[in-house]
Amino acid sequence: MNRPASAAGARPGPPGDGPARGRLGLRGLRNLWPYLLIAPTVVGAVLLLGYPLVRNLLMSVQEYGMGELIRGDAPFVGLANYWEILSDPELWEVVHRTLWWTGLNVLLIMVLGTLVALMLERLGRVMRIVVTSGLVLAWASPVIATTTVFQWLFASRLGVVNWALTRLGFASFENFSWTANGRAAFVVLLLLVVWQSVPFVAITLHAALLTVPAELHESARLDGAGAWRIFRSVTLPILRPVFGLVLCLEIIWVFRCFVQIWAVTGGGPDRATTTLPVHAYRIAQSLHRYDLGAAVSTLTVLLLLAVLIPYLRRMLRQEAEE
Amino acid sequence: MSRGMSRGVSRTARRRLPLNAGAALVFVLSAFPVYWMILTAFKPTPEIQAETPVFWPSSLTLEHFATAARADGFAQFWRNSLLVTLTCVVLALVVALGAAYAVARMRWKGRRAFVLMVFVAQVAPWEALLIPMYVIARDTGMLDRLPTLTLIYFMITLPFTVVTLRSFLTGIPVELEEAARVDGCTRSQAFRRVTFPLLAPGLVATSLFGFITAWNEFAFANMLIIKNQDDRTLPVWLSSFSNVFGTDWGATMAASTLFALPVLLLFLVLQHRVAAGMAGGAVKG
Repeated sequence: MNRPASAAGARPGPPGDGPARGRLGLRGLRNLWPYLLIAPTVVGAVLLLGYPLVRNLLMSVQEYGMGELIRGDAPFVGLANYWEILSDPELWEVVHRTLWWTGLNVLLIMVLGTLVALMLERLGRVMRIVVTSGLVLAWASPVIATTTVFQWLFASRLGVVNWALTRLGFASFENFSWTANGRAAFVVLLLLVVWQSVPFVAITLHAALLTVPAELHESARLDGAGAWRIFRSVTLPILRPVFGLVLCLEIIWVFRCFVQIWAVTGGGPDRATTTLPVHAYRIAQSLHRYDLGAAVSTLTVLLLLAVLIPYLRRMLRQEAEE
Repeated sequence: MSRGMSRGVSRTARRRLPLNAGAALVFVLSAFPVYWMILTAFKPTPEIQAETPVFWPSSLTLEHFATAARADGFAQFWRNSLLVTLTCVVLALVVALGAAYAVARMRWKGRRAFVLMVFVAQVAPWEALLIPMYVIARDTGMLDRLPTLTLIYFMITLPFTVVTLRSFLTGIPVELEEAARVDGCTRSQAFRRVTFPLLAPGLVATSLFGFITAWNEFAFANMLIIKNQDDRTLPVWLSSFSNVFGTDWGATMAASTLFALPVLLLFLVLQHRVAAGMAGGAVKG
């Protein structure tokens, strides 16, 4: 996230080239050092990330319920689990909902984030500090604290949102229970996630906007370009790489979003807010069908790859440029 | 969209008005939930239960904080959360520092593949690993134990820590280290005496992220700590606030405020220091 902007420019030539100085005898030992230094990271990644991923894949082709969990041996069943979940109409409902959830959230987050970033650029110094501190406050607030606060804001009795809506003339919101109605619960979660995510997008894009040289704006204006034109031909091209990265990250985050949904609605009411991660968790935890849960998780990862691959390609390209 | 050249001040002023109004709106929308949380935590109960919300209380009370602190296991959950979070942060920093140094300062075969692995790990779908982690923890007798959480949080924060420390390290001129070695320092001495002090702000910034991630983590804590309820962490405890406090919103908000406090404070204190440190380092370098 917060790559210091100076780091890229200050890189001093290829590292480690200098001090070879002919001590060839020590070279073998020396060449071992980098591997020793990365060893703990690699071991950690293999045991705590690689192995669980493989295990997940394995469980998804085994019969793995409560009994297998206790006994420890599980029979291989091929793709039966995948077959079972894919032929379950509920899964398709969940996938559909997950795509809507991700699409709506990301759209709102990116549009609002971009608007706020553009606004920040045009604000005076004092106002900019005020708005930025508000954004940082929202950004830094711990997720679980935020979920309890939103539940309080949207509480059916004494909740300030219901009060405000009633005052504005929407009498039906008096004592309205947001979590009892599927669509309303969806809206609350949407607002919660958007509220939490916009600051990151706005602050990152604003930082990127600051790298647009002022002279570029100036000369475009002198050439008679209008505000929209300047935005399209000067600002946008410079913003595009950062925008792409942020977009990928947001899609990944919103798609994977679990805590907010689980803590506020538990996937309810009547599964109206169950997205893929919640679905997988639910199957495993309440039905003790770890095999089906693992299969859903694998599908989640496969769907995510569609976004992850362009993201990683961007990261690598950036890496190559540095 | 209006276009063309403006003429003079009146137009700018007219343009500034909607802009500043929008800015005020953004500020209110982003700050209000936090304000409301803190306000409710300090508000006397009758004003919380007033039919018309009280936006500026007539008096403040600490009663809700007392209620929250008296809740069963409150101190224990704090201890658990702090323990898990701090050990995870320290562990990740130590391990990542080695890896970051290898990537930033050394040339070796497989470096590119390693960097790619770190990038991949950075976007690892942790939510999809809840189920295998549960099964693995069960098989290895690691269920219901805090060290399990420490290890998982360590791995969640490690890739970011490596990437960030690496970029801080590349920002510190390698010539400084080389000069120290010409003066007779060994590689590790040069690192300890020259680079490490310059890296300190980077370490602080990175640990801030690790702290926030581990402090907030809910899904694994919820999944892996089941029977031994004393080993729960704060997020899990707080998420079940309705079992603990019922509809006592004052106490719930007090508990939420206390939970958010370390992170908000760290952010306030460290952000300034990190920025200053980075600027200082750049000037000195």
